[in-house]
Amino acid sequence: MHLVYPAVLAALLFAIGVYGVLARRNAILVLMSVELMLNAVNLNLVAFDVWLRDTLHAGQALTLFTIAVAAAEIGIGLAIVLMVHRNKGTADVDRLRDTAEDPHDSSDETSTDGTSGGTPTGEKAEATA
Amino acid sequence: MIPAAQAAAEAHGFLSPTGVEIAFLLVGLVTLGAALVTVTTRQLVHAALWLVVALGGLAVEYLLLTAEFIAWVQVLIYVGSVVVLLLFGLMLTKAPIGRSPDADSGNRPAAVAVAVAAAAALVWVVVDAFRTTWIDLDGAVQGSTKVSGEILFRHWVLPFEALSVLLLAALVGAIVLSRKKKEGER
Amino acid sequence: MTTTTLAVLVPLLPFLGSAAGLLLGRTAPGFVRPLAVLPTLAAAVLAALVAVRQGGDETIDAATRLTPTGSVPIDLALYIDGFAALVAVLVGVVATCVQIYSTGYLRDDPRYPSYAALVSLFTSAMLLVVYSGDLMVLLVGWEIMGICSYFLVGHYWETPEARAASLKAFLVTKLGDVPFLIGLFALAVDAGTFRITGVLGAVANGGLDHPTLIALLLLAGVAGKSAQFPLHTWLPDAMAGPTPVSALIHAATMVAAGIYFTARLLPVFAASAAAMTVLAVMAAITMVGSALAALAQDDIKRVLAYSTIGQLGYMAGALAVGDRGAAVFHLLSHAAFKALLFLAAGAVIHAAGTNSLTAMSRMSGLAKRIPDAYWTMTIALLALAAIPPFAGFFSKEAVLVAAEHTAFGDRDVAPAGAGWTVLVAGLLTALLTAAYALRLWLRTFRGRGAEAPDHGRQPIAMTSVLWVLAVPSLGFGLTATYVDDWFDGHALTPTVTTAVLGTGLAVAGAAVTYAIWRTLTARTPVAAPAPPAPPLPHVAHPDADAGHVEAEALHLPHPAEDPADPGRALLGPLHGPAADGFHLDAVYRTAFVRPVLAAASLVRFLDREVVDTYVRAAGDSAKGLGWLVRRAQTGNVQTYLSALLAGSVVLAIAAVALANAVAGA
Repeated sequence: MHLVYPAVLAALLFAIGVYGVLARRNAILVLMSVELMLNAVNLNLVAFDVWLRDTLHAGQALTLFTIAVAAAEIGIGLAIVLMVHRNKGTADVDRLRDTAEDPHDSSDETSTDGTSGGTPTGEKAEATA
Repeated sequence: MIPAAQAAAEAHGFLSPTGVEIAFLLVGLVTLGAALVTVTTRQLVHAALWLVVALGGLAVEYLLLTAEFIAWVQVLIYVGSVVVLLLFGLMLTKAPIGRSPDADSGNRPAAVAVAVAAAAALVWVVVDAFRTTWIDLDGAVQGSTKVSGEILFRHWVLPFEALSVLLLAALVGAIVLSRKKKEGER
Repeated sequence: MTTTTLAVLVPLLPFLGSAAGLLLGRTAPGFVRPLAVLPTLAAAVLAALVAVRQGGDETIDAATRLTPTGSVPIDLALYIDGFAALVAVLVGVVATCVQIYSTGYLRDDPRYPSYAALVSLFTSAMLLVVYSGDLMVLLVGWEIMGICSYFLVGHYWETPEARAASLKAFLVTKLGDVPFLIGLFALAVDAGTFRITGVLGAVANGGLDHPTLIALLLLAGVAGKSAQFPLHTWLPDAMAGPTPVSALIHAATMVAAGIYFTARLLPVFAASAAAMTVLAVMAAITMVGSALAALAQDDIKRVLAYSTIGQLGYMAGALAVGDRGAAVFHLLSHAAFKALLFLAAGAVIHAAGTNSLTAMSRMSGLAKRIPDAYWTMTIALLALAAIPPFAGFFSKEAVLVAAEHTAFGDRDVAPAGAGWTVLVAGLLTALLTAAYALRLWLRTFRGRGAEAPDHGRQPIAMTSVLWVLAVPSLGFGLTATYVDDWFDGHALTPTVTTAVLGTGLAVAGAAVTYAIWRTLTARTPVAAPAPPAPPLPHVAHPDADAGHVEAEALHLPHPAEDPADPGRALLGPLHGPAADGFHLDAVYRTAFVRPVLAAASLVRFLDREVVDTYVRAAGDSAKGLGWLVRRAQTGNVQTYLSALLAGSVVLAIAAVALANAVAGA
C-alpha cells in the first residue's frame, strides 16, 4: 500500500484537530479535538511501524502507550473542566480570562496599579474557594 | 536506491490501486468527513457522536494496516470509554442540547488560517518525502495480539509498568479534582 | 624647641583646634570656647616667639619633601623672613582678639561651635599662607581661606542677603583665583620650582621668560583676594557676615593675603614695568573710588568695608612703587585699627539696634551707653584718618614717602608714572578718608533725638578686646624706626613734605566735613518738627545676644536719606552713584551675570526640551511597545495557542524550505 495515503490522512486529521482546538469554545469540544490530533499521530506511528517492519514494534507499543496516556489525559482534563464549570459557571474557554491585562489602565500604570492588581487576586481567591 | 524506487514505482502505481488502497481511501474519506463535522457542528452532543464515527474509522484503518490489536484497543478505549466520558462531561457541564449558535469562539478565522497552513505544509512535506514509498503488507503478521503481547511484555515491560502508575495517579487526581467539597471544607 | 618646630606648630595648632571643635562641637559644648580661644592664643604666642628668635635678621628656610611630584617638585617648605614673622604675629593677635570677642558676641548663637571652628581653620590657613615657602602649599591655604570666607559670610544663612553675599564673595574671589592659579603654574614652569627662594633666585638671574604675563595673571588673584578694583565688589556685601568675621577676614587677614603675597614675590612683579603700572592704576582707582563710596554709605559696616578697600589700595600703591616695607607696615597698622573699628562697630550696632547711620544720627547719648566702644572707635578713626601720632599716620606716610621718592626718581624700582599716580591718589584719598571718618563719628556718636535705649553693659570679653587692640592703633606707628630693620631696610619714617601735605589735607577734609555738619544740623531742628519723624526701624529683640541683634539689623529697611548727612552735601551729584558703589554691580550684572544666566537658560532649554525629548521618547516608545504587547495579553488561551501554532508552522515551513534549498544547492 502506498505510504502517502495514511500519511496524508494523518496530516489532514491533525490539521482538523488544530482547527478544533483553536476554534471551539466549549472546553469539552476542545478536548475532543485534542483526541483527534492524538489519533492522527497514532495513525502515523502505526503506518510507519508497518512500513519499517521494526522488530521491536516500537511504533505499535508507543501507540498503545499514547492511547493510555490519552485516556489519563481525558480523565484529568474533564475533572478540571468540571471544577472550572462548578466555580465559574461556564466551561467556555474564551470566558476564562483571569490572566488578561486590564484594558482600562492603558495610559497610567501607577495610578491604577493598585486596583488592577487587586481585582484578579480577588477573582482568584473566589475561584479557588 | 533510485533504480529500486523506479522498480517499485513500476510495480505499483497511483493509477492502478490495489483493493486495500481503495478501501483505505474510502474509509479515510469517511473518517475525515466525520472529523470535520466533529469540529464544525453546532450541536455539542452530535460532535461527540461524530467523534465516534471518526475514531471508529481510524480503527478500521489500523485493521487495514494489519495492526489488529491496536484497532481493538482503539475501539475499546476510545469509542468505548473516552467518548462516553466526554458525553458525561457534556452532561455534567450542562451543555445545551440542540443547536447552540455560539459553539465557535471569535478565534475562528485565525484557527482556519493556522489549520490550513499546517495542513498544506504537512501534506506538502509528506507527499514530497514519501511519493515513492510503498508498504509491504504481505509477509509475517505484524500486529496480531500474540505478536503485540510478546513484544510488549518482552521489550516494553518497564514503560508499561510506569504507564500503569501514571494511570493510577491520573485516576486519583481526577477523583480529587472532581469531588464536590462539603460546605466550609477547604 | 627649634625655631622651625615652633613655626610648624603655629599654623598646626589652630588647625587641630578647628578639627577638635568640629568633632566635639555637638557632643561637648563646654569645650568649644577653650578649643576656640586657646589654640589661637598659643599660636599667637608661638608666632611672637618665632618673631623674636628670627629677629628680622636671617631668613629661616626649611623644607621637607613628602613625596616626589614629577617635573616641578612641591615641598612642605617654611620661608620666614621679617615680613612673615611680623604678619604671623599680627594674624595670631587679631585672630585671638576675634575669638575672645566672639565668645561674647555670639554668646547664644546655636551655630557658635562650627563658627569658632571655621574661624580657627581660617586662622590656620592664613598662617600657612604667611609661613609657607612653597607656592603650591601657599595656594592650599589661599583656597581654604576662600571657602572659610564663604561659610563665615553666610553664617546668617537664613537671610537672603547673607546667602547672596557669601556666594558673591566666593565667586568673585574665584574669578581672580583662576588666573592666579594659571599664573602660578606659568611662574613655576619658568622658574622650574614652586619654592619661593627658587623663584626669587630665578628672577634675580633674569630667568623669567614671560614676566609681564605672569605678573598680570597673579595680579588678578591678588585683586580678587585683596579686594582691589575691579574685583572689590564682594567686600562691601560680605559685611552680611557677623562683625567679628568682618574684623578678622575682611579687614585684618584675608584681604591682607593678596598684599602679603605680592610683597613676598615683589621682584617678580618688579620685573615687569607694565605690571607695576597696572598695579599703580588699580590702586589709585581703588583708593579714590572706595573713599568716595565710603562717604555715601548709610550702613556703618559698609563704610568700614569701603575704607578697608581704600587702605588696601594704599598698600597696593606702596607695592606698585616697589616698597614692600611700607606696604606691610601699613598692612600691620591697618589690621590693628581696622579690626578695632569693626569690633567696636559690632558693639555700636548692638547698642543702637540698627546698622544705619541715619537711624543712629537720630539717637543721642549713644557714646554714654558704650563708652569703651566710643573711645576705642575714636582712636581707631583717628588712626584711619592718619592724624599724628596714631598708627595710621606713620604707615600711610611711609607709603606716601615711597611714592614721592619714586615720582621724583630717587628710587627706580618702579616707573615714575606709577609713583605720581600713587602719590596724587594717595593725597586725595587722605582728604576723603578724613572726611568719611569724621562723618562716621559725627553721625554715630553725635546724633540728636531720642535717648538711645539702654541694653546694659557689653560683655567684658568684648570690651577688653577693644582696649587691647587700641594699644597698637595708638602706638604702633612709633615703632617705625625699629620695624624697618625687619623689612628691606628702607627708612619708614615720615618726611616733612608728605607729612605736612597729608596731615594738612586730612585736617582740611575733616574741617570741611565738620563745618557742613554744623550748618546742616543747625538748620535741621527748624525743619524737623513740621514732618513728624517716621518711627525708626528697630530690631525685634534689642536685648538679645549681640550677634542676634546684628542678624536682625541686617535686613531692616534703611530710613529715607537724611538731608543732614554731610556726605550728601560733600559729594553733590556724585552721591547717588557713590552710594551704589558706582553701579559696578550693575555693570557686572550686564557683563557677566546676564550672559551666564542666558547661557544657563539656553542649556536648560537644550536639556529639558532637546535632550530630554530623546530620553522621554525612548521611555515613551518602550511604553508604547509595552502597551501594544499588553493589548495581546487578552487572557484568551486560544489566541495564545493560535499564535504559538502559527509560529510553529512558519518555522517548520522555513526549516523545510531551507533544507530543500540547501539540498538543491
